[in-house]
Amino acid sequence: MRSLKRSGLAGAAVLLAASAALAGCADDSDGDSGAAGGTAPGDGKAECEGMTEWGDLTGRDVTVYTSIVAPEDQPHIDSWKVFEDCTGADVKYEGSKEFEAQLQVRVQAGNPPDIAYIPQPGLLKTLVGTGKVVEAPDGVSENVDEFFGEDWKGYGTVDDKFYAAPLGANVKSFVWYSPKMFAENKWEVPETWDDMMALTDEIAKAGDMKPWCAGIESGEATGWPATDWLEDVLLRTGGPDVYDQWVNHEIPFNDPAVVEGLDTVGGILKNEDYVNGGIGDVKSIATTPFQEGGLPILDGECALHRMASFYAANWPEGTDVSENGDAFAFYLPPIGDEFGSPVLGGGEFVAAFSDAPEVQAFQTFLSSDTWANEKAKTSPLGGWVSANTGLEISNLASPIDQLSAEIFQDPEAVFRFDGSDQMPGAVGAGSFWTEMTAWIAQDQSTEDSLTKIEESWED
Amino acid sequence: MTVIPEEKGVEAIVAQESVAATAKRGLSSPWASLAAVVIAVLWTIPTFGLLVTSFRPESDITSSGWWTFLTDPSFTLDNYDEVLNGSTTNLATYFINSIVITIPSVLIPISIATMAAYAFAWMKFPGRDFLFVAIFALQIVPIQVTMIPLLKLYVQPPFDLMPLAGSDAPGGGFYTIWLSHAIFALPLAIYLLHNFMSQIPGELIESARVDGAGHVQIFTKIMLPLMAPAIAAFGIFQFLWVWNDLLVALVFGSSENAPLTARLAELSGTRGQDWYLLSAGAFVSLVVPLIVFLALQRYFVRGLLAGSVKG
Repeated sequence: MRSLKRSGLAGAAVLLAASAALAGCADDSDGDSGAAGGTAPGDGKAECEGMTEWGDLTGRDVTVYTSIVAPEDQPHIDSWKVFEDCTGADVKYEGSKEFEAQLQVRVQAGNPPDIAYIPQPGLLKTLVGTGKVVEAPDGVSENVDEFFGEDWKGYGTVDDKFYAAPLGANVKSFVWYSPKMFAENKWEVPETWDDMMALTDEIAKAGDMKPWCAGIESGEATGWPATDWLEDVLLRTGGPDVYDQWVNHEIPFNDPAVVEGLDTVGGILKNEDYVNGGIGDVKSIATTPFQEGGLPILDGECALHRMASFYAANWPEGTDVSENGDAFAFYLPPIGDEFGSPVLGGGEFVAAFSDAPEVQAFQTFLSSDTWANEKAKTSPLGGWVSANTGLEISNLASPIDQLSAEIFQDPEAVFRFDGSDQMPGAVGAGSFWTEMTAWIAQDQSTEDSLTKIEESWED
Repeated sequence: MTVIPEEKGVEAIVAQESVAATAKRGLSSPWASLAAVVIAVLWTIPTFGLLVTSFRPESDITSSGWWTFLTDPSFTLDNYDEVLNGSTTNLATYFINSIVITIPSVLIPISIATMAAYAFAWMKFPGRDFLFVAIFALQIVPIQVTMIPLLKLYVQPPFDLMPLAGSDAPGGGFYTIWLSHAIFALPLAIYLLHNFMSQIPGELIESARVDGAGHVQIFTKIMLPLMAPAIAAFGIFQFLWVWNDLLVALVFGSSENAPLTARLAELSGTRGQDWYLLSAGAFVSLVVPLIVFLALQRYFVRGLLAGSVKG
């Protein structure tokens, strides 16, 4: 014990001495604002095009704070190696699952990171409200005009000022199925809503399995997969305009159009003949973790599971996720052709809290097609996609990511961001979740559920 | 007349002994032992289940309960391998960060609190009681309330002092974590050690004074040796609290000085898909507190008893 204590003390003493030494040399690297002089290390090299105009950024740090943690963080870190080589700047990555709470603490305390990847437009609005977010430089704005649709730019804009360029994206309008099972039973991938419902009936009548499976349990966020269901269907029954009005509370939450949408969802999720394949009855949806909601497909006990593209990570190791494999997804078909091909999705946005040249250089790099392709190449396991139209689909590693990118790049596609992420926290991360859970677990009526959410929304 | 109270006293002692004897007999009966064993086993089953789970393959963990291990055993070290080597930063880095955070965060409050406790217990100065009550009252301030103001002070300290947090934080940003832990620990530390120290007989100190000892000598030669169990007990409390802390490290630290708990919190992956790793992670993080507790256990028990019995 004695020796342990003593070495502990010695360790502490060494530390104190070392930290004092560090403190002494911390002051000389402080020059932040103003343009950097000199020539960038990568000046003249072909792969450094567009990154050298900020001059020599050697020795300057850019701190990045995100909600993306290991093992998904490594592809991000690898993807900006080109930037570091070309400009000399050093990008420091920090990911935390407590990102949303911690970012606000740091911003309020005056200690924000240089760059934050913000997963929700609602959070971006809150942060812009603190006055600490810096407007995106012109280069970023030009890149976004060139490579992203207008709908995407709109989600990074607050009060007509453009702050944050889109980064990654995911498609939520997916129905997972087993291509092998479909081939065995000679089922076709449906391309219209009516085809899908006809297939559902066929599977239900055959009696081997219930056609749909779902799970909405997710700890304190229980209910979110059901909100995605409603949003996805409302985009198809009511159209993008009604959807926007609903998200912005220009029409009441319990508008007849929304009631119709939720009843359409109920036609599947609350129909004992259709759910919950391989798991139980309708109520079992509320108690099944969303990670496990689609797994009965692999056991041949369920045929269809509506879930976002990131569900690819939830299939057990060794599952062949491809067009002819054990699991794959098809685009949730539109209802009628009035509204084109609506796509519900999510994504991150790059907000900056500093206008130092190295930060602006990095922001511009992240919004370019160079970065999107670089990121695709550094993600050998897939699981990442961007709505950047400069992204070469062949660079993406996994078939499901390629399918997602095709959907994003389809000129017919009408993209809408996940609505609950844009609503006020008390609704989008509160009553919307709980009432949708009650709608399933307690068989609460559609009108009651929507009315209760409407009452919880204070403008 | 004086005989009666004495008799009463004797009776009381006899009665007390018989109560103690009854209790001893009652508690050491075979039935009581059996009950104790049953409770101990029931209490340990969940931990045992966690241990078993940590050695099961991913597909088993996600599809069935740990008890199926008993009938259909399958064993793997993959979970531990993933926990130890799965991150881009070596787990050893987090481990060292945890140690670097914990040691000063235990030593700073203990050294300040023993001296403060001595002053409050044995030195007479104006406003002593008021100050002591104020410190005592500080215990009810929840640390969550203090976080943003404290971080603001670190980032923009008054009077042109050197900022302790931010992009160019001195000492790798550890100062803020050490100071915060010390600040949050001090009220309880001073209160506990003061209560213990004021129970030391005054005659001891008076006789030391008579022999010519000053405050410094009394503190170092008499108080510190007598206080050892209490200091060790508080040290273990503080050690466990700092070692298991995530909140303070997240708010005041950065990725470069993230402790083990920060890594554990992220084990399950961005969307919770790797939750099967958590049982293995729990056992990795358990090792050091367990070693410390077992090594210092006798101080811990003595320290706890010291506070209650001596009064």
